[in-house]
Amino acid sequence: MTDAEIEAMVPEFNGILGWVEQLAEVDVTGVEPMTAVIPNTLRLRDDVVTDGNIRDKVLANAPAAEHGFFGVPKVIE
Amino acid sequence: MTDLTDLGIADIRNGVRAGTFSARDVASAFNARVAEAKALNAFLIDTPDHALAAADAIDTKRAAGEDLPIMAGVPIGMKDLFCTVGVEARSASEILNGFKPTYESTVSQKLWDAGAGMLGKLNMDQFAMGSSNETSAFGNVISPWRRNDGGSAALAPGGSSGGSAAAVSARLCPAATGTDTGGSIRQPAAFTGISGIKPTYGRCSRWGVIAFASSLDQAGPMARDVRDCAIMLEAMSGFDPKDSTSLDLPVPQWEAGLSSNLKGKRVGIPKEYRLDGMDAEVAAVWDQGIAWLRDAGAEIVDVSLPHTRHALPAYYIIAPAEASSNLARYDGVRYGQRNLPDGAGLQDMYAATRAAGFGGEVKRRILIGTYVLSAGFYDAYYTQAQKVRTLIARDFEAVWEKCDVLLAPTAPSAAFALGQESDDPIAMYLNDVFAVPASLAGLPAMSVPGGLDSQGLPLGLQIIGKPMDEQGVLNAGLAIEERAGFTARPQQWW
Repeated sequence: MTDAEIEAMVPEFNGILGWVEQLAEVDVTGVEPMTAVIPNTLRLRDDVVTDGNIRDKVLANAPAAEHGFFGVPKVIE
Repeated sequence: MTDLTDLGIADIRNGVRAGTFSARDVASAFNARVAEAKALNAFLIDTPDHALAAADAIDTKRAAGEDLPIMAGVPIGMKDLFCTVGVEARSASEILNGFKPTYESTVSQKLWDAGAGMLGKLNMDQFAMGSSNETSAFGNVISPWRRNDGGSAALAPGGSSGGSAAAVSARLCPAATGTDTGGSIRQPAAFTGISGIKPTYGRCSRWGVIAFASSLDQAGPMARDVRDCAIMLEAMSGFDPKDSTSLDLPVPQWEAGLSSNLKGKRVGIPKEYRLDGMDAEVAAVWDQGIAWLRDAGAEIVDVSLPHTRHALPAYYIIAPAEASSNLARYDGVRYGQRNLPDGAGLQDMYAATRAAGFGGEVKRRILIGTYVLSAGFYDAYYTQAQKVRTLIARDFEAVWEKCDVLLAPTAPSAAFALGQESDDPIAMYLNDVFAVPASLAGLPAMSVPGGLDSQGLPLGLQIIGKPMDEQGVLNAGLAIEERAGFTARPQQWW
């Protein structure tokens, strides 16, 4: 982000954080944080291969794919 | 002959089944409507061939004497959040430029299986973050509605499903997909005088839907009336093993179950929704809605949801937190846009890609999200918000002892002018004050048109139901629809 963008965002950021501060006043003694909005159990599925052999599909949208891999700028100097 | 673009889902399906007109005629008529409505900027990409191919498949089936499915011959608009094979899906963001999915979202596949076709991809707030469709990287959607003052002020269609709402109300499509994280189906439906329902969290698979806040995101239909919403929701819903939060339940026959007789039903009116300084016209349409439901046979009961005022700040911690995690995937490596300055390394590439690719509101929410999840502040913000979320869900559970559905306004005002609220993020967030509590609790909720305000703009009424009770919500919506007799539509200026 540019300095100008950051400068514009500082008051907005402070405003939003000041506004959400009001949550601190809620009495949450003994309340558990929500983990699932609708009661649901995590399922187990059969331990079988259901996917794969789609390398070219996976790479089809890469901005730079070469030799069957994702291409990125050099990482190790 | 009737103008085919004046028909909704049920009329199109029934006409195609009866042979009154062909599915191809319908698709062609809507393709033409879409092509001439560029001034609304509702569609990002037109896919006339997709609509025609789906229509031809239905016409062939009918000629062969086969039974036609529940959305046979109905061309729809697809919010840009949904992945469809081979058609660019960008979530209205530059960062996904060029991304053409090689897979089909579960919801869109179900719609094609139900006989629908696609007219195009619909504009929206970028990554579904916004309430006015002003955060799209590809320009604002202009509401087809105008005030009755003779002026031509461009109005917001609402957001984030603003393209969907504008397209349905302008009769560019009989129905469209929407998604609702904190009101993104209901608020734009209210602003444009159409109907839209967000089902119980888990009814519609999230697989292949570009993620914003995963514990809140739900797809749903936006259409002209309650029956059309019931039909399309039936087509979109159902268990999907590819979504770990998908509900493993049979899909009810909502259309067949429609009944506007509310005898024996209790409708709760939550007192905390009657805000100080509430818009008088919004309050009046709410009172009118109460009278309509009483007339339909329901008993009206006053109820309390004491934590309502904490819902919006809790949402603006939880949703950005989840967004900051979900949007970390946009790195310029696997899909979408890459910005690689000369001589840049990997980290520089990530930074340049994100700086150029994400819009201002998206950056704002990612920053808020990472801040509230950071080690020193996690408990004070995120854990606290999740506890408040539990309290909000408990408020609803307690209320279901006293009533079957709740009635409230959808939004605190009618549509505002584009640019009017975009300078102040919090003022914009307040648009969703009535919508967010049901989202945090995962409940089914619907907006139906209640009437017009003195400026000639639509106002919506919201029905919130118990978990899994979409039928109760749809039926109360139908009771209002029958009594409101809402036939207003925007005058064509585009």
